[in-house]
Amino acid sequence: MTALLCLLIAVLTATSVWLMLSRSLVRFLFALVLVSNVANLVIFVGGGLEPLAPALVDTAQPDLVMANPLPQALVLTAIVIGFGLVAFMLVLALSSWKVFRTVDIDQMRFAEPEPDEATTSQLEEPRA
Amino acid sequence: MATDNVAQASHNPESKSSRTLGALLAWCMAIACAAVFAWGLTLIGTIAAGDALKVSVPWVPAFNVEFAFHIDGLALLFLLLVTGIGTLIGVYTGAYFRGDARLPRLILMLMAFTAAMLGVVLADDVVLLFIFWELTTVTSFLLVGFDREKASARRAALQALWITAAGGLLLLIGLLLLADVTDTRLLSEIIAAGTVDIGNPQAAWALALVLCGAFTKSAQMPFHFWLPGAMSAPTPVSAFLHSATMVKAGIYLLARVQPAFGEHDVWFYTLTCVGAVTAVWASMMALRQQDAKLMLAWTTVMALGILTLFLGSNERIAVLAAMTFLVVHAFYKCAMFLVIGNVDHGTGTRQLDRLGGLFKALPVTGTVALAAGFSMAGFPPFLGFIGKELKYEGALAIAEEPLLIAMAALAANAMMVAVALTLVRGVFFGGQVNSPRQPHEAPMGMWFPPLVLAVGGLVAGIFPEHLLGGLVQAATSGVLAKETEVKLALWHGVNLPLMMSVLTVILGVLLHVNRVRVHGLLDRLVATLPFTLDMGWDRFLHALDRVAAAVVKRIQTGRLGHYLMVTFVTVVVAGGAALATTQTWSAQSQQAALTPVVVTIVLLMMYAALVTAVSESRMLSIGALGLVGAGAALVYFWYGAIDVAITQLLVETLFVVLIAAVLSKLPRLSGDDHTNRRTRIWHGALAMCTGAVIGLATWLVATRSTDHAVARFYESASLPEAYGANVVNVILVDFRALDTLGEVAVVVTAALAVVAVLSRFNQKRDVENAGEGA
Repeated sequence: MTALLCLLIAVLTATSVWLMLSRSLVRFLFALVLVSNVANLVIFVGGGLEPLAPALVDTAQPDLVMANPLPQALVLTAIVIGFGLVAFMLVLALSSWKVFRTVDIDQMRFAEPEPDEATTSQLEEPRA
Repeated sequence: MATDNVAQASHNPESKSSRTLGALLAWCMAIACAAVFAWGLTLIGTIAAGDALKVSVPWVPAFNVEFAFHIDGLALLFLLLVTGIGTLIGVYTGAYFRGDARLPRLILMLMAFTAAMLGVVLADDVVLLFIFWELTTVTSFLLVGFDREKASARRAALQALWITAAGGLLLLIGLLLLADVTDTRLLSEIIAAGTVDIGNPQAAWALALVLCGAFTKSAQMPFHFWLPGAMSAPTPVSAFLHSATMVKAGIYLLARVQPAFGEHDVWFYTLTCVGAVTAVWASMMALRQQDAKLMLAWTTVMALGILTLFLGSNERIAVLAAMTFLVVHAFYKCAMFLVIGNVDHGTGTRQLDRLGGLFKALPVTGTVALAAGFSMAGFPPFLGFIGKELKYEGALAIAEEPLLIAMAALAANAMMVAVALTLVRGVFFGGQVNSPRQPHEAPMGMWFPPLVLAVGGLVAGIFPEHLLGGLVQAATSGVLAKETEVKLALWHGVNLPLMMSVLTVILGVLLHVNRVRVHGLLDRLVATLPFTLDMGWDRFLHALDRVAAAVVKRIQTGRLGHYLMVTFVTVVVAGGAALATTQTWSAQSQQAALTPVVVTIVLLMMYAALVTAVSESRMLSIGALGLVGAGAALVYFWYGAIDVAITQLLVETLFVVLIAAVLSKLPRLSGDDHTNRRTRIWHGALAMCTGAVIGLATWLVATRSTDHAVARFYESASLPEAYGANVVNVILVDFRALDTLGEVAVVVTAALAVVAVLSRFNQKRDVENAGEGA
């Protein structure tokens, strides 16, 4: 079962990398959602898989073997953080669409514009 | 050539207090230096007797670095030079910059510089030596660039910083290697251990790197070109920098490590050749200058070359010559610089063709110039004469190549005589020339310090053994790391050195008489050079700029796809390498068995993911994403993580709603976003490799036996200590409550950011709507 889940993780990772490398901002958002799911699964599977009783302390059954609560707690936190991240990214994507009128990532060059002739020729000038 | 803006006193009323402060600080510097100087004088007896003073305080015990100081004869000589000259410079600077609002700044820098220089010569620990070494570099950068409004001063300061700091870094490596070879961090112990075998490559590197450090600092060929530029500093600073500090640090270092390397031929030939070439070339350059100060700056390079030349040999008399010349040079060079400062102050120019016949107007300065010039030229009975005699004696005593060394010294000295004649005769005698200002004598604070040096040079020349004998003997013993008997005397009898002295003077006078022709020859020689190192420096900087621009252009493309690619390739390469070297791939014995329900869910999730990858429909993609999320929830549920499953379902639902809401405002998906077929294949391969690496890594982690100690603790403590049966909940809200608080803060921040971004657009829309309404 662990092998199958690892395969699942591999497939999900590959899909999200593929989507991220595409030039569409929308596909990038999909990849982000996928990748936060993958991360959670990695933590969960890495903690060991045992179809056991939930981590609830039962005084009547002191010897009960429970599922490992630690990765669960970590994943719980990760899910919520991932939600915050994706929500923020969604809004950013929306606003960048409104500003740039494109969802092609390669055309968003506001912060790092293409090195144009002006900056290059400035360098070529000999120093005073 | 620009002159110092001495008269440019600020008339700003609020700077009055800073003027008083400046005068006060100048006196502080003079008094502090004088106090240390006096203390140093009391040490001469002890140290000449062969004792050394040591202080050591642990500093960074983890790296075995100590605040270790050590005063032997060599260190004491430098200490006296630095503080003695420092006292006079303090007095002079106070007078030179009287009423200038920049005086406090300058004096503070000078004080820091003096302290750093003292640190260099007193430090025993090699790391400490390096730290002080670089402190002198930084403070001299500030001093050289003191006239920060002038581009030439900034350039000179940066050049000095680059070259000496780079040399300093090499020096650090060299010193650490040396410490490693000799198995001690203390210079005194390295010296005591005697010759280091340079057959060992580590020791050979140590030698080469230490030489690099010393040559850059002491402006030896081919690193000499920064020093003439550095004379754009104010005159008192130049006087200090050239006579007793900064450039002398390299000489100090060479003298210091002499016992470790002095035996080797490579040491002898390197130092001799570099020193000789530097000395001869620099004195030729000095001859052709028109700016008196620049002329003096070049003679400093020459003096440093001579010192390096003589430190190449471990012959007693050669070292004695170097130590004596060190003192001689400090006396006349500082005095000469201050004289030029007074001339500049009195006439407003330093150009030799606009100066002449100034003796009547500047009698005291003229007298000082005469005395210092005679010392510089090596006329008896000045100290310079003894220095020169010893140089010739030392050159002839060196077993290898005595002729070559003597010729180099003779040539350099003859040109020195010519320079001294030009500076003294040309400036103070002969016909009067119209200078920019009516010539007038400098105030007492400006003629007193150089007068002290000039008189000192004369008196020490007449009574050398009484005044300097003990000190020079101690220094020579310090350099050679053994007891050495030396005697200083003005008159050595009629011998070969004396003949050479006479020849020197004759040659020097001839050069001076034919100076116009000599100038012409030298100018033609310089004109034939393909390029000067100073120009090469600019080209180097320009090339560096271009390389940097080219590199940035390649790695800083501004394309998100490019950055992501670099990230993923790194993951694949680094992760793949780690996986490839992993030995234990043992599958764990108790594997969770294949469960039909989960298998179905997992297969569905994979299918959904693939649909997202290829879909061109936004709604289909969102649905598939929802399926993946829900599937994950079911997996969590199946393996006992109820809380996680519930949260996941909740969040996934919200996701779908949010994404659907946002996507409805974004454009439709286009068919293919990967630029062309080739990029598609490459992206696909990269995606699969990344997936494989992550999957295999997860497999490795999951099949390792998990350490349950922490989990067991939470399980056992959950109910009795936190009164909660649900262990996961208890971990989140009790044991790790602060983490959860942080997480809540993150979510709240994200929410605030969302509101902020959205409201900005809404406002804009409102404004637009309002505009349309009107």
